[in-house]
Amino acid sequence: MSNALVIQLNTLLAALILLTSFALLVQRRMFAILHLFAWQGFFLGVSTAVIGFATGEHHLYISSLLTLVMKVLLLPYILYALIKKLKVHREIESIMNTSCTMFLGIALVIFSYHLTAPIRQLSTLVTRSTLAVALATVMLGMLMMVTRRHAVSQIIGFLAMENGLFFAATSATYGMPMVVELGVALDLLIAAFIFGIFFFHINTTFDSLDVDQMAKLKETD
Amino acid sequence: MLLDYVSLSAAAAPLDIAGFSVLLLLGSALCAPFLSRWERLLIPAAFSLATVASLAAVHAGFTALVTGSNSAATVAMGLPGLPFNLRLDPLAGFFLVVIGLLSAFVSVYSIGYVRGYLGRRPTTQLVLFYLLFLAGMFLVVLADDAYLFLLAWELMAAASYFLVMYEDEVAANRRAAFLYLVVAHVGAIAILLSFGVMAGLTTGSGGFQSYTFDAMRAARLSPAWGAAAFFLSFFGFAAKAGVIPLHVWLPEAHPAAPSNVSALMSGVMLKTAIYGMVRVAFDLIREFPWWWGGIVLCFGLVSAVLGVLYALMQHDLKRLLAFHSVENIGIILIGLGLAMVFTSFQFHSLAALALVAALYHTLNHALFKGLLFMGAGAVIHSTNERNMEEMGGLIHQLPWTSALFLVGCVSISGLPPFNGFVSEWLTFQAFLLSPVLPHPLLKLLVPLGAALLALTGALAAACFVKAFGVTFLGSWRGHRRKEQISEVGPAMRLGMLGAALCCLALGVLPTFVIGWIDNIPQQLFGGEIAKSAGSYGWLWLTPYSPERASYSGPVVFFGILAMVAATYLLLHVRRAAIRRVPLWDCGFEKVTPRMQYTASAFAMPVRRVFGFFFAVREQVELVSPQNHPVMADTINYRLRIRDRFWGWFYQPLADISFWVARRAGKLQQGRIQVYLLYSFVTLIVLLVFL
Amino acid sequence: MTLHPIVIELIQLLMILFLSPAFAGWVKIVKCRTQGRTAPGLLQPYRDIARLFAKDVVLAENASWVFRSTPYIVFGVTLMAGGVIPLISVDLPLADTADIIVLVMLFAIVRFCTALAGMDVGTAFGGMGSSREMMISSLAEPAMLMAVFTVSLAGSSTSLTQMVTVMSGHAFVIRPSLAFSLVAFVLIALAETGRIPVDNPATHLELTMIHEAMILEYSGRYLALIEWAGMMKLVIYFSLGTAVFFPWGISGSGDPLSLIIRALFFVAKLAAGGAVMVLIETGLAKMRIFRLPDYLGSAFLLATLGMIAFFILE
Repeated sequence: MSNALVIQLNTLLAALILLTSFALLVQRRMFAILHLFAWQGFFLGVSTAVIGFATGEHHLYISSLLTLVMKVLLLPYILYALIKKLKVHREIESIMNTSCTMFLGIALVIFSYHLTAPIRQLSTLVTRSTLAVALATVMLGMLMMVTRRHAVSQIIGFLAMENGLFFAATSATYGMPMVVELGVALDLLIAAFIFGIFFFHINTTFDSLDVDQMAKLKETD
Repeated sequence: MLLDYVSLSAAAAPLDIAGFSVLLLLGSALCAPFLSRWERLLIPAAFSLATVASLAAVHAGFTALVTGSNSAATVAMGLPGLPFNLRLDPLAGFFLVVIGLLSAFVSVYSIGYVRGYLGRRPTTQLVLFYLLFLAGMFLVVLADDAYLFLLAWELMAAASYFLVMYEDEVAANRRAAFLYLVVAHVGAIAILLSFGVMAGLTTGSGGFQSYTFDAMRAARLSPAWGAAAFFLSFFGFAAKAGVIPLHVWLPEAHPAAPSNVSALMSGVMLKTAIYGMVRVAFDLIREFPWWWGGIVLCFGLVSAVLGVLYALMQHDLKRLLAFHSVENIGIILIGLGLAMVFTSFQFHSLAALALVAALYHTLNHALFKGLLFMGAGAVIHSTNERNMEEMGGLIHQLPWTSALFLVGCVSISGLPPFNGFVSEWLTFQAFLLSPVLPHPLLKLLVPLGAALLALTGALAAACFVKAFGVTFLGSWRGHRRKEQISEVGPAMRLGMLGAALCCLALGVLPTFVIGWIDNIPQQLFGGEIAKSAGSYGWLWLTPYSPERASYSGPVVFFGILAMVAATYLLLHVRRAAIRRVPLWDCGFEKVTPRMQYTASAFAMPVRRVFGFFFAVREQVELVSPQNHPVMADTINYRLRIRDRFWGWFYQPLADISFWVARRAGKLQQGRIQVYLLYSFVTLIVLLVFL
Repeated sequence: MTLHPIVIELIQLLMILFLSPAFAGWVKIVKCRTQGRTAPGLLQPYRDIARLFAKDVVLAENASWVFRSTPYIVFGVTLMAGGVIPLISVDLPLADTADIIVLVMLFAIVRFCTALAGMDVGTAFGGMGSSREMMISSLAEPAMLMAVFTVSLAGSSTSLTQMVTVMSGHAFVIRPSLAFSLVAFVLIALAETGRIPVDNPATHLELTMIHEAMILEYSGRYLALIEWAGMMKLVIYFSLGTAVFFPWGISGSGDPLSLIIRALFFVAKLAAGGAVMVLIETGLAKMRIFRLPDYLGSAFLLATLGMIAFFILE
């Protein structure tokens, strides 16, 4: 595989990851969000494998396999089971309308491009131009957590942020040490289980997972 | 052949001719009050003199522009030791052409229009202040020192104040004129302060010479003082030009004034502010960082988008046109801002492209806005209505006016082959060349500005479909019976026709105009585009290079004409006839004029989508005597749209000023001992410190 | 034997003129087949237009010259726009007179005139169609401009012939900026040509009409001209898309044999594109009109992403 082809594939996958982050921001249906998250994980896994093939760092293959299994199969399945059990409302509302969210998203992308400009000039890696996309994915994940009203969407935003961090790691330094990766993967899994238990209890107490309802928990008026 | 004409007329120096035109105007203004008894003769005489003076100014300006000459003169008027300095360089020449061309057409139009006031109101004031207004504008452009500039600026403002107040028995007109005066003077103070800063920092040539522009050109300004001077003058000129948020006087003053005056105010008075900005930025302060241009660009974008959105919500024809002036000034500022950004990065030919686009749009806007206001004036003159919701179907009664108004509508919407399209196209080309900018953030943000410009263009087209459609097409919506509405007189038609023909000519032959305008960027910062613009021949406009983009006005115009004519001729010979029948309307028989779309109805989708910019309140009320929830005798619909800037910007300012004034009012104790105490304390302080 | 550029230009104009009804017929056939109905023949639009030309014109009493001249202007300008896009050759004399921005504005003239004609007769339908159409176009313009901008960055020019020459010189490579711009362009083209999910071209229900509402009062040869211009507009948008995004097989020498081969290649692209469009139309439902700002906003977003991707990733 020639260098040029690798770079092209990499930029294409980075663009698709960015597209899925934006789609996560504006999509309203619960199952569609889950599918988008699975696709994001898929693109991420493929991208890691491609970089592993091009640079010859074999530990990236293991990372890629781990990503594919966890983020494309396991986590979406856990969340799907959770949603079915909780019998939640299928639509997620947001606090601003679509156009505002999109403009904020674009502003964040431009901001992350501006931030990563010095690194791009210094780095010698194949993947240096995708660092901006990675940072943007982290920020868009956080934006999703802020602008959505439903608790399930917040966990997906959190997971999207982690995706972005993982992508940033592969872009900047060709992956993290294996120990760190396995640790993070285990943490994510446990977090998903704990979230599930909490959501079950919240739903039983409040009869809804709308975040605005939980504002009743504060003590002052 | 053109050069022969120019060299022949260069025998009389262009500055002399311009001076002659100003003197002619001032002289006629002086004579006018004495002839107030013979109004019927005064009107055609005075306005014909105004036309002659305007044409002389056009000639002078055109000569100066084309030959690139730069002549100066000192007139020993004014105060002793402070003579008036005049200068006619290509920039001044261009603005003389802009002002003179439109005022020539409007003066011809006024011959017919002002006659409509005979018998209802004394017209001498109108004539007098009109001539003074024109003289003021010409002098502003010719001034080469701060003193004459501000004097002429005041003359222009004062004369237009009286013109706006012409129909002063209506309280709304008086309020509008007062608001105009306040904003104009706030702006004038800012300009004065800016000149003060620049004059204070001139080196050498002590004493009184520092107020001339020559001295200011030679001065070296530190970045902080330079920014202060520029932003003060930008604030002052923006107040005159109607840039958001200082635009509030425009929609009040322009409808209040008589229509020929509105045409001049909207068409050329706003352009003197643009002249001021170009002069200060590119001629007096020559070096500046990129963020000045960025700020100008931002204000331009905001004015353009908000101006057109407000315009869409109006149903008073003249108010709608006034808001469109805000939008077009925004577009001119966009070009100016881009030029400043490119200059600060030393891209001189790109800056020349942006500046030429801005100046071309200045000329175009003067012509089509003047044409539209003249048309609106003709409509109001014939129907005595200003509200579009009461009009309709006027295309049958006013064939000439409607056709010429349509030319104005098509031009302002930026459709080929008329002139509005050429300047918008040039601005887009300037935007599309922005990737050469070295600053990474600018590279990404400037194209978003291009998208906003496209949005304004499309919304402007929507607005003028509404304006033309509701006013001229359909059937008469009014509650009053349609009286004898007849076409306006020949003078008014001639004025409008002249402006319309210029619109077409400027759209079809852009390469010549650009060749003429090109002297200005060359004079100001040494960039030019004419070499590449005409490199393919006079038929093709290729601003950057032929491979980059090309547009051929004449070919597009004649191509469209040829295709349309071919279609018509091929299909005209038909055996199928045309039958005139009542409206079909899907088989609905009882169509009344009240069932047509009104202006507010037309704008409703845009109001829903962009509604968060205004304070909109809609109220629907069913009047039903039996209190039935659905069947009603009458349905009342009330719509109120307000400019948010009153609440955000002006109301707090007014509150603060009143608060400060109340505090200061405490000084007025009323007792004589306290006042004596004030004098005593001041005396002691002066003795101590001096 | 190379043909003179003017002859090639005439051939292209005739192609657009006479192929567009066939394209409309092909779209109808594919749509009917996918929906399980029997389709009319491929030549049915020709018969429709011929029938309309033969009929009398029924004109409202209060229709003005604006109403009577609009069909001719619409037809003439659309034909002119067809002459500007390189379809079978880059050597067209008219192509240098207009770049892509001028092309967009030529369609703006068509829209302006049609909207005025809708207001002219003084019915509620006409006003409704005009106001909705102007709203949609005002939202579609920024998105269109962004897509054009991104493409002009890739082709380093706004002139269509230059873009075709530059882009067909590169090998086939998926560039994210162009991919985003392509999707944005498809969304905008659906809005501008009045297809589902923006406007249903076959409906006459008042709540759902946009384009049809403006031309409701036209009959006879006026209606024929406007319908034909509508068919040409669809073909022109499609060929704009291929010229910019799939430019292979357009430029070449001027001898008749290679011209015929390129023309057939163009017809094949048209047929494939028509099938794709029908799949999109059949799969989606028409959107409520106040959902359209969201739709056009996502088109704008995609175009902006394409531009950002160009700077960031390429």
